[in-house]
Amino acid sequence: MTEPVRDPGLQPERTRLAWRRTTLACAVAASLAGRQTLHAGGGPLPVLALSLVVLSWLAFVAVAHHRIRHLHAPRPPLLTSRAAVAAVGCVMGAAVCGAAMLR
Amino acid sequence: MTGGRFADAVAGVRLWFAPERLREEGNTPDYRFSLANERTFLAWLRTAMALVGGGFAVDQFLPDTGRALRLALALTLLAGGAVCALRAINHWIRCERAMRRGEDLPVSRFPVMLGLAVGVVALLMVIVVAVGWGG
Repeated sequence: MTEPVRDPGLQPERTRLAWRRTTLACAVAASLAGRQTLHAGGGPLPVLALSLVVLSWLAFVAVAHHRIRHLHAPRPPLLTSRAAVAAVGCVMGAAVCGAAMLR
Repeated sequence: MTGGRFADAVAGVRLWFAPERLREEGNTPDYRFSLANERTFLAWLRTAMALVGGGFAVDQFLPDTGRALRLALALTLLAGGAVCALRAINHWIRCERAMRRGEDLPVSRFPVMLGLAVGVVALLMVIVVAVGWGG
């Protein structure tokens, strides 16, 4: 099936894959946070921080999924700054929780 | 002109939360340029995430290092990640605005500073591992 408007530079596809890569990078950081909690021996603070890291990863997955759905349009709309702020918030959340987990 | 720069920064942060104000000025650029800008934003977010992951890794994989040094390295990397993420969204919105207004894209010293900082941290870690400082 041929699409009515196809960008020969495959820009939407590249952008979609960039969101996927970024989600993967967040997953790597989240698994390192999980390893950190195991090392810390499971006090209440590391467990709380780990749950916040996992929550921020899930939030990032939601933002990425939402954006990828919009990228299917022939002329994708501009990334909303709400989505951008949410994505940055997830990274900041992971950084703050990481600081709280340090031994 | 630190006052002017500060006012610019505040206006920039207000723009993050009011995207409709961005659409009020200039012309909508080709969507492909906006998507390229979005991918640059995501690449900076990945850089930020890598720094955060590096902060976790320092704390876990340098257990023989003295606590103060290990905490300092980990906190530096975590803070670097947070700054990188904030800078990512700021640069994204400034590029988008410059494209709408038909201006030159903003230039920045940030990549050089980040490169130098990562180089210093990497060198410090090599020394820590090779010499066994603080062990």
